[in-house]
Amino acid sequence: MLIAPLLIFVLITFIFPISDMLFRSVENDIVSDTLPRTVVALESWSAESQEAPDEDVFAAFYTDLYLAQEYKTHTRLGSRLNYQQTGISSMFRKTGRRVKRFDTDVYTDQFEELDAKWADPSYWASLMNNERVQKQLPETASSYTAWRELMVEEGDNPDAETPEDFVYTSLYRDLMHLSENGASVRNADVRTAMNAVSGFESVSLKEQFIDAEDDWADPKYWATIKLYSGNYTPGYFLNAVDMEQTINGAEVKPENERLYGTLFARTIYMSLFIMGCTILLGYPVAFLLANISRRSANMLLILVLLPFWTSLLVRTSAWKVLLQQQGVINDILVWSGLIDEAGRLIMINNQMGTIIAMTHILLPFMILPLYSVMQTIPPSYVRAAKSLGANDWTAFRRVYFPQSIPGIGAGSILVFIMSIGYYITPEIVGGTQGVFISNRIAYHISSSLNWGLASALGAILLAVVLILYWLYDRFVGIDNMKLG
Amino acid sequence: MKRSTKLLVTGISASISLTVAAKDLTVVSWGGAYSDSQLKAYSEPYMKMNPDINIINDESSAEAVAKLRAMNEANNVTWDVVDVVASDAIRLCDEGLAMEIDHDDMLAPGVDGSSPEDDFGDLIVSECFIPQIVYSTTFGYRTDKVGDTPPTSVCDVFDTETYPGKRSLEKRPINNMEWALICDGVAKDDVYDVLETPEGQERALAKLGTIKDDVIWWSAGADTPQLLADGEIVMGSTYNGRLFSLIEEKKQPVAMLWDAQVFDLDGWIIPAGLPEDRKQAALDYVYFATDSQRLADQAKYISYGPARLSSAPLVGKHATLGIDMAPHMPTDPKNATNTFLYNYEFWADYRDDIDAKFQAWLAR
Repeated sequence: MLIAPLLIFVLITFIFPISDMLFRSVENDIVSDTLPRTVVALESWSAESQEAPDEDVFAAFYTDLYLAQEYKTHTRLGSRLNYQQTGISSMFRKTGRRVKRFDTDVYTDQFEELDAKWADPSYWASLMNNERVQKQLPETASSYTAWRELMVEEGDNPDAETPEDFVYTSLYRDLMHLSENGASVRNADVRTAMNAVSGFESVSLKEQFIDAEDDWADPKYWATIKLYSGNYTPGYFLNAVDMEQTINGAEVKPENERLYGTLFARTIYMSLFIMGCTILLGYPVAFLLANISRRSANMLLILVLLPFWTSLLVRTSAWKVLLQQQGVINDILVWSGLIDEAGRLIMINNQMGTIIAMTHILLPFMILPLYSVMQTIPPSYVRAAKSLGANDWTAFRRVYFPQSIPGIGAGSILVFIMSIGYYITPEIVGGTQGVFISNRIAYHISSSLNWGLASALGAILLAVVLILYWLYDRFVGIDNMKLG
Repeated sequence: MKRSTKLLVTGISASISLTVAAKDLTVVSWGGAYSDSQLKAYSEPYMKMNPDINIINDESSAEAVAKLRAMNEANNVTWDVVDVVASDAIRLCDEGLAMEIDHDDMLAPGVDGSSPEDDFGDLIVSECFIPQIVYSTTFGYRTDKVGDTPPTSVCDVFDTETYPGKRSLEKRPINNMEWALICDGVAKDDVYDVLETPEGQERALAKLGTIKDDVIWWSAGADTPQLLADGEIVMGSTYNGRLFSLIEEKKQPVAMLWDAQVFDLDGWIIPAGLPEDRKQAALDYVYFATDSQRLADQAKYISYGPARLSSAPLVGKHATLGIDMAPHMPTDPKNATNTFLYNYEFWADYRDDIDAKFQAWLAR
């Protein structure tokens, strides 16, 4: 009971947001939500045909796109698909502007000329209420319903407005279909119209689309829409491991586009290296702290904690001032004559910069657990070892060191897990060779807006951490870890 | 202290009820000297005229697109007016996160009587975008490190023999790819036709590869001025206003290389789906802040060109330095002999693709 508030807090602020973010890495309902009719019509089209889809698909696409641009969701879908197929974003933007001006008004005019009833909103409403008509004119029914929803959304009364051109286009297509099949129609008006449509002037929607943007004739864009028409996609995860989804299944990307594998590997080995540096530097400091008088230890501890309390950005920027080629260290070296003007060392904007700055920043996270563990090691043990004949080194190696291992374990896990997700420091001092995977995650969150890919990268990073944690538990034992 | 409590109180009241905070107007911009110029030219006079409006300044423009998307998903948009670069405005419009603007209806006519649409002209690059300034990305160089022959062409950036030393370029493909192609012999008009093809992209990267070891890649606008001031680099790209302040205000031995400067635009958007009263307040602010005089006033504080044609004759002297601002504008005829305009359409399409290749190239 007592932990309920904490549990709820953790659930709301941690578990829910993280699962929501992770879910985005597979979520893909935007395509089927925005282009429901097109997705269905594309089922009968195969990308292997190497040809653009037929008129049926374009007609479905026309209705979908018309509605999408009314709801202003088409450009959003364009941006989404552009992550997979370059160029598709402007196709949606451009065509979205054109689609209202397609020549489909010829259908509207011809129906209205045939019978003025077709211009009557209430006639449409009553006709579309008839279940048999709905079944015989499926496309029209679907377009008309969508149009009504749009009217209501915009605050207009659908019973007082004539439907848009795309509804008449659907009606024409349904009636053509009926007349070609020689279907018998009971409703007299619909029958009259059905008999008349074969004499109607028609427009090809495929031509209209290609006229607006000739890339619609290219099957590769349609293949992308079809590939990503499912509600869930492995696409983001494939991209996160330098692969891509193609009509032939998952394929490895060409070499000049592979990036994430390198970055994951670099993040892990640099984090391990930084962890090693903090052990080497932190162990003697912690040892010293634990073995001097409490007063002096407290004084020294302040020195450890002082940088710990300083802003991360300030410390990183300070390293920049120290390490750059015209910086303090190089100036001193040149002044002292150790190097000449031309031989100024490059210590920043590369891996070295990241390692130096991060080791410094993370050092307290190694020293503090080490110190608190070392404090609990009774000095009498080492004395006992020595009195039994061990020299200093053996006493340290066989008696003191094994007892300090839980501190190393705790410090290592802390430092490693923190550095694997580090972002600011590598960004500032890492140049091109010293940046981590989190820098790309940040880019996709804030810059490219490809949140799906960012989530997939984050999910993989999380999985890597959990696996390493599991390995650690397996070989070292998590019970062996002590924070104090 | 007073200000922070005010912020805190408004923050709390905004989260409880939006109507209580009706008189607050949250204006989001880039911070630094740029926000200061907007504060002095727009917000302070506006608050003087409308004492009941309290403008809250937020400096989140760099993450505006991501934050607006998050706010929109959480159904809690707390911003009223947002300053963004044009490419971000296009994306916000695409994502349905910015309101469509009827420029003629919602903005002030020019001081010369021209309609807003004529006055802004081609700079209205998106239905959601209200242009404010024209800025450019161009190079600055250390006058003391280039000998007697200062660089005159953007291609001198690629000439490490005549101009040895590091140079800084932005850590993204935009602009760099274009400059690389131009210096590899591609005619200015053909740049994007070439850059569309994988071969053209490889060609640009190959050209950049000739100086890869001499480049420090920047990601914040303040980086290049700092590197120039420290003497870390001989030349580097950044925004022209940053270089102006380095040269004229901080008196560093740096000069501008206007050649092949890339024009870009910055302006306002209003988030989509604001309640009616907040929308009206935002529009009222923008109406005032983008009239001819206000845009010209901003140029007193920072060397960015006003986006209205009718503002150009009104540009005067710098508020504190007292120097004429016109010759420091990227649009000044002497500076604008060789320029090109950021190609929004191209980069909207190719940004993700080329960026992936560019970053992979950087990591190699």
